[in-house]
Amino acid sequence: MPLMMNNKTPVWRRREPLAQRLIWLAYFLTVLLFLLCWKIVSDNTIWEFLADAHIQAASLIGRMIPPQWSISGSLLLPLWDTINIATVGTALGVLIAFPLAFLAARNTSPHPALRAFALAVIVSSRSINALIWAILLVTIVGPGLLAGMIAIALRSIGFVGKLLYEAIEEIQVTPVEAVTATGAGRMQILNYAVLPQIMPAFAGITVYRWDINIRESTVLGLVGAGGIGLQMNAAINNLAWAQVSMVFVLIFATVILSEWVSAKVRHAVI
Amino acid sequence: MLKLTGLTKRYATGDLALNDISLSVPAGQVLALIGPSGAGKSTLIRCVNRLVEPTAGAVELDGRDISKVRGGALRQARRQIGMIFQNYALVERLSVMENVLSGRLAYVGFWRSYFRKFPANDVKQAYRLLARVGLESMLDKRSDALSGGQKQRVGIARALMQNPKLLLVDEPTASLDPKTSRQIMRLICELCQEQNLATIINIHDVALAQQFVHRVVGLRAGEIVYDGSPDGLTPDILTTIYGEEDWSLTHQDSGKQSDNDQNDDVEAAIMGGHP
Repeated sequence: MPLMMNNKTPVWRRREPLAQRLIWLAYFLTVLLFLLCWKIVSDNTIWEFLADAHIQAASLIGRMIPPQWSISGSLLLPLWDTINIATVGTALGVLIAFPLAFLAARNTSPHPALRAFALAVIVSSRSINALIWAILLVTIVGPGLLAGMIAIALRSIGFVGKLLYEAIEEIQVTPVEAVTATGAGRMQILNYAVLPQIMPAFAGITVYRWDINIRESTVLGLVGAGGIGLQMNAAINNLAWAQVSMVFVLIFATVILSEWVSAKVRHAVI
Repeated sequence: MLKLTGLTKRYATGDLALNDISLSVPAGQVLALIGPSGAGKSTLIRCVNRLVEPTAGAVELDGRDISKVRGGALRQARRQIGMIFQNYALVERLSVMENVLSGRLAYVGFWRSYFRKFPANDVKQAYRLLARVGLESMLDKRSDALSGGQKQRVGIARALMQNPKLLLVDEPTASLDPKTSRQIMRLICELCQEQNLATIINIHDVALAQQFVHRVVGLRAGEIVYDGSPDGLTPDILTTIYGEEDWSLTHQDSGKQSDNDQNDDVEAAIMGGHP
């Protein structure tokens, strides 16, 4: 009873006194836990190494600047490969995720067994990182672009499928009722009442995933799945930091470009 | 035309929404279904076109029981029954024309509807109906660009695109201002006369119902407690339907009202509308 009478004046508090005290206790325990963790980390750190960390960082950055502009020409083809891995991978993933989302959404799924199947595919795709998919695929289909594309596609299925089926489950029901009441068939209802409602979400999710995939595909080269990551790995192994920073600059430019494209697409489809 | 026999609906939660409803509506009759919220008005009309599955009883349309049909036969039955919704239920991101043409979906195949290749006659009819409801200049607009009254007109055109025999109307004016409400009610009733449709209108506004309809059915807790002419709604009867309240004003009010347009405009002006 947060409302109490004190000399006939009503006194209101947000919570019961006991509940309030328990909340304070919970805050206190959280702070305690944080300090305990801090101590464990601190005990396991060799602080002597940190003493000259700023010098190390400055030295590394010094060796990175200026980037070795001369190699940028030879990086363009791997960069193109990277963009292709991301784009083709996204397209492939979306192609598979789109029907899966309709099977997985509670309001459009034709059968509970199909729904369970679709959800299982989506969850297993999401639970494995693109880099791990790439490692698996390089051993299966061999190193190169194809492995990268499939890795990106497999990871995208889960991401796009999950967000899309959530969008389908959140649509307004009344237009669906109205189209059903006209006597339309199942596919016509999906086409006329469901699809228009999820189009903005679908476009947004797709470009967002493409945007993420551009960044993810830059590291796939580290495990031999093609693209600019291969060059970056070689440069790191040779301690050629000026070349590494050149790769960074190119990746940075590409990500900016992809941000711009995503913004345009999202704006166009709303 | 429409004949309900012993229609009963019990929801999975155990609530008895409709209890043994028997009712028949001849072609050309506009029937208002009134009653408090939760009386089962919406459930009743949704049981007719099977958006809600009735638990027991028969729904006969032209002598054919449609309460158990499935698949293609159900779609066949539904396309003869137009429905108009309280919140318009348009697909907001589709154009006005697409919304109206969606009333023909049960008449065309999937691929034709997918590529929006409707038969020329359907397009002609859609244009004619949009002109009839006064929206021919809007047909290329996206539906979310329309006002409430305009959206409801599109909803009416969509329902009539089906060439229905029966029209189910669920609270058509609940989201509209008083003037637009009257215009929409008048439009619905005129169109029903023109096309000789049997019509059931769920409505909360008793005075508005009395002004436009031929027959009133009062529903309370899933049972019919009044079935008669709009003039027969005395304060006593209203108390039976809705419960104890001072009804004298409603009754007087409805007595004064007429179908006269001038009167309407004065009323709308008083209530803040634009005549």
